[in-house]
Amino acid sequence: MAKISYLQAISNALDHEMGKDEDVFILGEDVGKKGGVFKVTAGLQEKYGELRCMDTPLAESNIVGTAIGAAMMGKRPVAEIQFADYILPATNQILSEAAKIRYRSNGDWNCPIVIRAPFGGGIHGALYHSQSVEALFSSTPGLKVVIPSTPSDAKGLLISAIRDNDPVLFFEHKKAYRLLKEEVPEGDYTVPIGKADVKRKGEDITVITYGLCVNYSLQAAERLSKDGHDIEILDLRTVYPLDKESIIESASKTGKVLLVTEDNLEGSVMSEVSAIIAENCLYDLDAPIMRLAGPDVPAMPYSPLMEDHFMVNPDKIEKKMLELLEH
Amino acid sequence: MKNHEEVGLTDDDVKEMYRTMLLSRKLDERMWLLNRAGKLPFVISCQGQEATQVGAGFALDREEDVLSPYYRDLALVTHFGMTPLETMLSAFAKEGDIQSGGRQMPGHFSKKTNNILSQGSAVTTQVLHAVGAAYKFKLDGEKRVALTTLGEGSTSQGDFHEGLNFAGVHKLPVICLIENNKYAISVPTHLQYAVEKLSARAHGYGMHGDHVDGNDPFAVYEAVKAARERAVNGEGASLIEAMSTRLTAHSSDDDDAYRTLEEREKNKEEDCLVLMKDYMVEKDIADDSWFLDVEEEFKVIVKDATKDAENAPYPKAEDALKNVYEEANNG
Repeated sequence: MAKISYLQAISNALDHEMGKDEDVFILGEDVGKKGGVFKVTAGLQEKYGELRCMDTPLAESNIVGTAIGAAMMGKRPVAEIQFADYILPATNQILSEAAKIRYRSNGDWNCPIVIRAPFGGGIHGALYHSQSVEALFSSTPGLKVVIPSTPSDAKGLLISAIRDNDPVLFFEHKKAYRLLKEEVPEGDYTVPIGKADVKRKGEDITVITYGLCVNYSLQAAERLSKDGHDIEILDLRTVYPLDKESIIESASKTGKVLLVTEDNLEGSVMSEVSAIIAENCLYDLDAPIMRLAGPDVPAMPYSPLMEDHFMVNPDKIEKKMLELLEH
Repeated sequence: MKNHEEVGLTDDDVKEMYRTMLLSRKLDERMWLLNRAGKLPFVISCQGQEATQVGAGFALDREEDVLSPYYRDLALVTHFGMTPLETMLSAFAKEGDIQSGGRQMPGHFSKKTNNILSQGSAVTTQVLHAVGAAYKFKLDGEKRVALTTLGEGSTSQGDFHEGLNFAGVHKLPVICLIENNKYAISVPTHLQYAVEKLSARAHGYGMHGDHVDGNDPFAVYEAVKAARERAVNGEGASLIEAMSTRLTAHSSDDDDAYRTLEEREKNKEEDCLVLMKDYMVEKDIADDSWFLDVEEEFKVIVKDATKDAENAPYPKAEDALKNVYEEANNG
């Protein structure tokens, strides 16, 4: 197995599924001839033709709405929204339509679409190229929201998402695209949606996180391990619906929980994780639940010191871990 | 009205069209009665738009083509195979409601075996679904079309523009039929759009546009038939505006007080069912006894469908938790 990047792993998954299933097609802005602004879909139009890797007009509701129509007719569209920040014009199609088609038709119809979008900051993207939008979609039953943290998970979860018979939002951390590399299983490889994953076993405290913050948390845990601290890292992988069982199991085991997200603190996915722990693990806890997140400002600023102030990083996580360890 | 033979329809076709129009009207009228009797919480009507709907439906291939309709399309979905019992089970929100299992208000049509895509209440989203279905037909080289319908108010929504633009770019086999009944609840056309004919917008999308009398089922048939031909021959999408009449209030929760009594009375002169019947008598297509027989036949059908739906059980309370995802019921 060769080492490949998070981005290459996603490309591999798309290529694998397009080669295997003729019903899979890609649509989005600049995904065809250019191969995407991040080059995730590079080469796919050449290989599978203009109709199966289509450059759409600049209209997000159209991208998602037509994907829904094709999906209801039996296709497996993978729609790309160029930046997660621009998914908002399509929210009516996602929340009012895709999420409700199976339910409102009592199972007569279903909507197997995947919507991919790069999210997250730390790349000088400013307010409109840095946002974490997962919380907007993570209280809508009918949707699945997946955020991989490693190249292997990215490949395995994307293949699972394409094969899933319900709508899946697949958010890819854009800073992870070229930063993270590892050996990734070749060929057919799936990772189950809806299952969290213990990325590091530990006994002292539990860090629950997802996305790029998993890598940052692992770095921080590694540093602290030199002082004998034993930290567990639970990667949610699917932020909706949540894997309650894994959250409860890990929180109960260590009794000390730090929740880390790059999203704004208030009303993030971690607010629900916190509620799950409070409801189920209160008597196992040895410290209050702690959170580390972006500040409650509208979005990430451009200028470097302000951007760093917003972003979560290994130093901030390490500091918060120590605080919890010493509690 | 156009001459039915000149648009390629036989006398028997005309009789079948009239039957579907009348059956839909009778179902619709019965639902209003049931609403006023306190038995149904809500009704939204097709009355006055049956000619447009049946004319359009008749021009399509029910086996192959797909509908992405809107809430007034009772006559259209009836033509495509929705049965009176299915309509009544939906109206009463009873178990066995094929459209939504009692989840949605009536008028939210859906039935996979009859190629009727599921609809929500947010208007105009259905246009993109039809365009997406048409993209599938193009991808797979299938000679099929998708028909979507909407009121003229929905043409103000972004999805209308986004969908037609995309359909124009890719010459997709989709037909967008505006059932222009001149009111979006209470808002009249002059506050909805500034162009004289909405069909003129077709030019801006690089597609064929047509403007027809929606009270004339033969005119609508002719326009949709031609649109279907173009669509399956790779000549692209069509935007058809059928000028129609809304004979009822917007819904059972609307008092219609924004229209004068005079205006509402005048609308009855444009009742497409009356016009159709007059045409059939004038052309000797059917006689009094035929009309009486049809009335009697439908009286029984509507009565039975109502009774059977009323007697059916409600879905179980816990059915509210089903069909959220494929693999598991929620809760």
